[in-house]
Amino acid sequence: MVCALGIEGSANKIGIGIINDGKVLANVRRTYITPPGEGFLPKETAKHHREAILALVQASLKEAELQPSDLDVICYTKGPGMAPPLLVGAIVARTLSLLWQKPLLGVNHCIGHIEMGRLITGAQNPIVLYVSGGNTQVIAYSNKRYRIFGETIDIAVGNCLDRFARIIKLSNDPSPGYNIEQLAKQGKQYIKLPYVVKGMDVSFSGLLSHIEELAEPNKRRNKRKKPTDEAEKEPEYSKEDLCYSLQETIFAMLVEITERAMAHCESNEVLIVGGVGCNERLQEMMRIMCEERDGKLFATDERYCIDNGLMIAHAGAEMFKAGTKMPFEDAFVTQRYRTDEVLVNWRDD
Amino acid sequence: MTADIIKQGAEGRLYLGDFKGESCLIKERFVKKYRHPELDTQITRQRMKAEVKASSRCLAAGILAPRILHSDLNTHKLYMEYFGNAQTAKKFIQDTVAAESDEEKVKEKLLELCIRIGAIIGQMHANNIIHGDLTTSNILINPNPAAKNEYDVILIDFGLSHYNQGAEDKGVDLYVLERALLSTHSEQKYIFEYILAEYRRNCGKDEEVVIAKFDEVRARGRKRTMIG
Repeated sequence: MVCALGIEGSANKIGIGIINDGKVLANVRRTYITPPGEGFLPKETAKHHREAILALVQASLKEAELQPSDLDVICYTKGPGMAPPLLVGAIVARTLSLLWQKPLLGVNHCIGHIEMGRLITGAQNPIVLYVSGGNTQVIAYSNKRYRIFGETIDIAVGNCLDRFARIIKLSNDPSPGYNIEQLAKQGKQYIKLPYVVKGMDVSFSGLLSHIEELAEPNKRRNKRKKPTDEAEKEPEYSKEDLCYSLQETIFAMLVEITERAMAHCESNEVLIVGGVGCNERLQEMMRIMCEERDGKLFATDERYCIDNGLMIAHAGAEMFKAGTKMPFEDAFVTQRYRTDEVLVNWRDD
Repeated sequence: MTADIIKQGAEGRLYLGDFKGESCLIKERFVKKYRHPELDTQITRQRMKAEVKASSRCLAAGILAPRILHSDLNTHKLYMEYFGNAQTAKKFIQDTVAAESDEEKVKEKLLELCIRIGAIIGQMHANNIIHGDLTTSNILINPNPAAKNEYDVILIDFGLSHYNQGAEDKGVDLYVLERALLSTHSEQKYIFEYILAEYRRNCGKDEEVVIAKFDEVRARGRKRTMIG
């Protein structure tokens, strides 16, 4: 029995989770929400996290009805992510570890998502599509590592969605992606957008520039271009249609590379994790693809898909059970921490 | 016509059939219901045309690829040459590693294969054909007693291919291959190195530019920040 507390703060969410031997005891979270048209910046995000984190730790212990002495290990997100918010979690984790005299473990954020997804859905050895604001990866387990078969070669899918939401001034509450999803439901006209798949990799930056142009035809993007005397052009397409077409195109790309990985690895299970993974249209498209090849889809809802402390607690508990130890001087954070860097010593297959 | 389904690949179903009396492989890109119908039609047509074009370009350049016997855009079917005795390079590598305990002998055998693969990819790029999906699942090893090492190396699945003279696309092609090798054959890290060495001898006059571009594409991948 391992009882673990996990702290996650790699992006604009700060979350604490407590898990005891696979049983969820607490999962509390707060999100830093910026005004429409603005993204979250490292410094302000860290400030938000600093103000919220201690109350969240107390709330999680209360929800779990536990005392600090009941815990076995303190886990925190070591990376990847933005350094200032990551540091908030790391500093509190180090402090709690010394204060309560509990071992400390740094956890890879991506591994947290994968392990939490496996725990909640019961998927054994799936192809994992990890889609979030900063990551787009197709991952499969082999020989003690989660190996990356495909990924974006430029920006992440969530980043593409967030940036588009900013251009059309959508609210960031509860999240830009959610609001795009709602608008897309009212879209009717399908607009052709660039579709870029390179093997098992995808690219979104060209698509983003293209749709920006459609959404704001009058904005001068090229400074050398002289302003014309032409009358202001009205955007040709509605926001609803743009959201709809954007989702249809990028999700089709994601489903396609997942299918390629399934064929290449001869697997018939898919697990979707990460913040974009709670998009119901993406889940629906993936489910249809799986049915067409007698496969099975595993997906989770926003409690576990979106960044949370629980996934860090769970992945940390798995590492702890397998005997992983981290010396205190290694308790730093790292902005770049690839999924395949972690030795998966808790899996025997 | 009776058709036996062989397998379902990433892009479509493969059947064994015949065309004008010649036995052949039929690749059917069935309608993918998850995508918007307009997008699906566009992608299917594009990929089928790409496959036909690349096949004839490869054959014209003396590069082994399945001959396309017939294509039918309306039923999304391609009729092509079938290599019944072939296996994928992926299986060949995995079997070689499993069958031989002596690390050096494995390396030796894989080096022979890598030289062949490197040469064929180099020739392809020298002719400005970009494959678009280079993985060891898309390279066939076909037994042929008359050939060097007693097998032919054949490239398949040209659905993502196109014609481009630029170094960027060749660099990305190499990057896709490197990544596929690292994830699929992670214990044999030398494979890509071997392939690249022979590639350089065959890829034509733009060798330096392409390799510089490849390094740049690689660095792009590594520098990318991963937030959230």
